[in-house]
Amino acid sequence: MARASSNRRKTVVTVLAWAIGLLIFFPILWTVLTSFKTEAEAVASPPSFINFHWTLENYAEVQSRSDYFRHFLNSVVISLGSTVLGLIIAIPAAWSMAFVPAKRTKDILMWMLSTKMLPPVGVLIPIYLIFRDIGLLDSLLGLIIVLMLINLPIIIWMLFTYFREIPGEILEAARMDGAGLKAELLYVLTPMAVPGIASTLLLNIILAWNEAFWTLNLTAAKAAPLTAFIASYSSPEGLFYAKLSAASTMAIAPILILGWFSQKQLVRGLTFGAVK
Amino acid sequence: MATTHSRAAARLMLSPAVLLLLGWMIIPLSMTIYFSFLHYNLLIPGTHDFIGFANYSYFLTDPAFFAALFNTLLLVGGVLAITIVGGVLLAILLDQPMWGQGIVRILVIAPFFVMPTVGALVWKNMFMNPVNGLFAHMAKALGLQPFDFLAQAPLASIIGMVAWQWLPFATLILLTALQSLDREQLEASEMDGASPFSTFFYITLPHLARAITVVVLIQTIFLLSVFAEILVTTNGGPGYATTNITYLVYAQSLLQFDVGGGSAGGIVAVILANIVAIFLMRMIGKNLDI
Repeated sequence: MARASSNRRKTVVTVLAWAIGLLIFFPILWTVLTSFKTEAEAVASPPSFINFHWTLENYAEVQSRSDYFRHFLNSVVISLGSTVLGLIIAIPAAWSMAFVPAKRTKDILMWMLSTKMLPPVGVLIPIYLIFRDIGLLDSLLGLIIVLMLINLPIIIWMLFTYFREIPGEILEAARMDGAGLKAELLYVLTPMAVPGIASTLLLNIILAWNEAFWTLNLTAAKAAPLTAFIASYSSPEGLFYAKLSAASTMAIAPILILGWFSQKQLVRGLTFGAVK
Repeated sequence: MATTHSRAAARLMLSPAVLLLLGWMIIPLSMTIYFSFLHYNLLIPGTHDFIGFANYSYFLTDPAFFAALFNTLLLVGGVLAITIVGGVLLAILLDQPMWGQGIVRILVIAPFFVMPTVGALVWKNMFMNPVNGLFAHMAKALGLQPFDFLAQAPLASIIGMVAWQWLPFATLILLTALQSLDREQLEASEMDGASPFSTFFYITLPHLARAITVVVLIQTIFLLSVFAEILVTTNGGPGYATTNITYLVYAQSLLQFDVGGGSAGGIVAVILANIVAIFLMRMIGKNLDI
């Protein structure tokens, strides 16, 4: 009896959860579907769900009219560049705080976090003017630097929480066995640190890919990543639903896939270890 | 254990990050503070007169400031209310045994990975457009007059869009917190004949309190700076109906080129964010045992 009722309960929960899940996901699904319609079908009333003439012409047109691929490359360069640069600076910092904690370590960590809380409008004007004067406005390098700096606290914090879980005894054991500093780093610590570094890399690529304050304010035509590229559809081109959908699908697809792999890291990275 | 030698090495490893963040924080912020006391407009080159607190008194007495402050509070409060209530309910639902849990999780989490400009434009054009949007089609099918969301209820529409993007975040964090809840405690309360409601209010909710606080604080930090969604949908309008502090400062400085006024606004935004940040930092600090 109990089994039957728990099965019924499971069915109800499943139906409800799937319905809500599909409802939340629907705008994305609808965008993907619309991207395969012709413009006429995209605004047809009543709208058709799947029985329309599937076409790829919107994708071709988005590419040929506004050079999607160049903006895509800008996004890749900016998000990858800022993340890798951030890791190069953050790994030694997180490393030293995790393995050689000092009295001030906690204060330093908290202070780093506080820089993340600085609202971007508080520094928008100086950054804009400095960039204008030294020629970094609308440049990939400029955005790499800014995005690296705004995400650096998150990178350091994430790495710190991962590194702290590496047991210090392992190091002592390695030293007892006569491992030098180089062997210690290469063969003992690196393999244990790689998963944490990979998770940090993943989450920060996502954050940088979707960053839409600095990318919108500091770029014009040349260095515009996908966030700014899509913003150019705000009007009146946004009324061409099929093309807007094709451009949107191409902008979110890569990161959606990466994102699904990083659910766990997301919690850890964005709550600064406060929720595990 | 740590020798003087390794301490020196550690300091050396730490210093690039500290210096960069210090530079990032202090240089532009002190420039903003400095600009905020100047009469400085990019359209009037050459004038950098010191005018004391005039920019502040101008910014703080501008009706647009009060509209923006009010909109900022409504936006943050509205999104928080939707995402916390929705997130708690959704997390409890997703924590139940079901078929295809992994897939449902993926569906629910997806909007968080959609870039803000895409999310906002899709909502604005394909759903909320009063002529061709899906909501308009649905209204017509039901024999109703289509509703012009961004003209009739602009701020509520933007709250809806932003909430759609942040609901997954709240859900995911609350779900993670929920999974650390002691199952035996739940079973024990069920054995003792507690109703689902009292189980929720006396066991689940207190357990989630900490995670809820974290979600509130982190979202507040991000929500105070909502920008792209406003830029691509309403440009802050109609009038000032959807202008928040962030957008107001942007408009003042990069659209009207009023560096002095914009800087004063930026400093006001920094002070507002700091009020929230202090609470968040205290929470995280308490949890950090070194």
